[in-house]
Amino acid sequence: MSATHNHPAPAPLGGPLVTPVTITLAILVAVAFIILGIRFVLGIGAVTNVSDGYPFGIWIAYDVVVGSAFACGGYAMAILVYIFNKGEYHPMVRPALLASMFGYTLAGASVIFDLGRYWNTWHIFWPGYAQVNSVMFEVAVCITAYIVVMMIEFSPAFLEKFGLKDIHKKLNKVLFFIIALGVLLPSMHQSSLGSLIVVFGNQIHPLWQTVMLPLLYLLTAVMIGFAIVIFESCLSSSGFKRPLELHLLTKLSRLMTGMLVVYLVVRLTDLAVRGVLGYIFEPSLEAVMFWVEMGLFIAPLFILWQPASRVKPVRLFVSAFCLLFAGFFLRINAFLVGYETGAGWHYFPAVPEIMVSVGLVALEILGYIVLVRYLPILPREEKI
Amino acid sequence: MKRREFLKGALAGGALLATSSPAEARPNKTMPPEAVGLLYDSTLCIGCKACVAACKEANDMPPEFSTVEQYWDTPLDISGKTLNVIKMYKEGSGATKDSEHNGHAFMKFSCLHCVDPSCVSACPVSAMTKDPVNGIVSHDKSACIGCRYCVAACPFGVPRFQYDRPFPQITKCQLCKHRMAEGQYAACAYVCPTGATLFGKMTDLNAEAKRRLALKPGEDTEFPRGNLTTHDQSSFPAKAAKYLPQIYGDKELGGTQMIKLSAVPFEKLGMPTLPERSYAATSETMQHTLYGGLVLPLVFLGGLTFIAKRNVKNDGEDEKE
Ligand code: SF4
Ligand code: SF4
Ligand code: SF4
Repeated sequence: MSATHNHPAPAPLGGPLVTPVTITLAILVAVAFIILGIRFVLGIGAVTNVSDGYPFGIWIAYDVVVGSAFACGGYAMAILVYIFNKGEYHPMVRPALLASMFGYTLAGASVIFDLGRYWNTWHIFWPGYAQVNSVMFEVAVCITAYIVVMMIEFSPAFLEKFGLKDIHKKLNKVLFFIIALGVLLPSMHQSSLGSLIVVFGNQIHPLWQTVMLPLLYLLTAVMIGFAIVIFESCLSSSGFKRPLELHLLTKLSRLMTGMLVVYLVVRLTDLAVRGVLGYIFEPSLEAVMFWVEMGLFIAPLFILWQPASRVKPVRLFVSAFCLLFAGFFLRINAFLVGYETGAGWHYFPAVPEIMVSVGLVALEILGYIVLVRYLPILPREEKI
Repeated sequence: MKRREFLKGALAGGALLATSSPAEARPNKTMPPEAVGLLYDSTLCIGCKACVAACKEANDMPPEFSTVEQYWDTPLDISGKTLNVIKMYKEGSGATKDSEHNGHAFMKFSCLHCVDPSCVSACPVSAMTKDPVNGIVSHDKSACIGCRYCVAACPFGVPRFQYDRPFPQITKCQLCKHRMAEGQYAACAYVCPTGATLFGKMTDLNAEAKRRLALKPGEDTEFPRGNLTTHDQSSFPAKAAKYLPQIYGDKELGGTQMIKLSAVPFEKLGMPTLPERSYAATSETMQHTLYGGLVLPLVFLGGLTFIAKRNVKNDGEDEKE
């Protein structure tokens, strides 16, 4: 991520750190930590509604499966800038990467809260314990490696700040390889997040159990990556009172629309070929949730179909928002709503369980605000 | 321009690899040579729950209460405290045993020791393992990270987890392998008064199951008890029931090492209807096609590195087209 000549260089934003927003966020974080304290003393059952019928709750389905997809902005931008050589998106890489690094690190760390025997976590990476046929193994190793790769990708921001030019130069020489890894690893684990439920077999409703899972999760991860960049750009431009990089967002939204078409064709063809389309007309919770999910995928297509819509910030924001929720529902529907282990089992997240997830999001936003104020991440505003 | 050609080449290469590489579907695993297991005959089961109590004792599991007065162990389901339960099916008046309508019947719930287990395939740290010789599916709590992927994956809902403990573990029936090490066998089969739960080599158990299915309903016969292979107990004389022509666990997901007979449809007794291909095989085929020998990822990485190197170099230069 070397500085470019034709874009304004990134610079710290400055400004106050203690504001009503940051204080609120900090309180939410503190609440989450208190609940986690209880979890470690009294067991997972004390603060969550997970059970043997639903052994995975939102700490996995939301914090990890959805959370890591929401953290795909850096991945999507890296594909554009470094693989498709669209240098024009360069100013978006660093902010996107920062959000991704936060999202992934927290998704990775939050797994520890959910692991019953967390003190053994290292077994995943240890020959003799590691079980390579397990999809969980692949996901865990890939996500961990990607977190490290992102930290290296992001390190120029620190190196610049502390004036460590030598290391920065050396790093620049191998950066291309790190970047390649930074595209490979998310491609692998984002698709594998879908494959996690293949082994669940008939316990997953046919609307979400298919051998196309890796492709569907990969496509949506990239689309969510674009959506989150649009979403965050809009928020941070209004939050920090900066001009919106509208020309770039317009182009991004065009790509997003194209991918949406591809995704919908794959998704619907798969349902038709497997002959399970009938389920979507049944009066069931699954069918309703399927329509919600599909509606959220189709809405952005309607909104952005006219090129004229793609220059309207509000429409961009709304479609990005819809797509984020679409990806959210695809994953939640597959992992929780469409998961059925037999009569008598129910799951809806408990309040403390939700508060932990809320606290994680708060921590992410708080970290982002602090770092963009302190480190050179957002492009310097040109004062003419 | 060059990049575009390279991309095309990489794509073609990838497609070639995907089609020509020996990524054949992984078949179901097969029954281990010295496989041992259980035969549960629902028609012989009288619901006395001697096996539930014996299992608790043999495995040192705490009691579990479901009544207001906590007088005795009353588990309703397997759990972090219980490895084995007998459940009852009842319809209408419930009067006739082994009748689907106005009848009742029993079913034993414990690990089926699948031939190609989902739990073993799912576990990221080899805490769930299947013995290559006798086929017993064991759990090693010292390896386990408590991710509960096995709990989520098992199609029979067998592994359970202790949600109420700060240092929890996964629990499941391990076919009393600790007793086998002492020359004994499954406690549930040992105490079963009617031979409804029978221990033995899978080959013997399968032959016995087939013999029962061939009997005429009402015909007098002898039912072995305890250990079918060593004949350590006298047999139990009774009349043959009106069996369904099905050995549950013979075909389900490639077979299990606990097979079951019944007169009432298995679905009604809480046993799921399952395909013959194991979910582990489907899942592992998918993973191996994508990541086998890391071939595809390395090819992909090579392509990405090449492209990234070009584009990062351009990075500092003029990017305007
Ligand atoms: S029944 Fe479940 S726990 Fe037992 S071997 Fe099969 S998959 Fe594993
Ligand atoms: S809970 Fe333990 S045994 Fe089960 S899959 Fe996870 S690590 Fe393996
Ligand atoms: S084999 Fe042993 S552990 Fe398994 S159900 Fe029977 S008594 Fe319990």
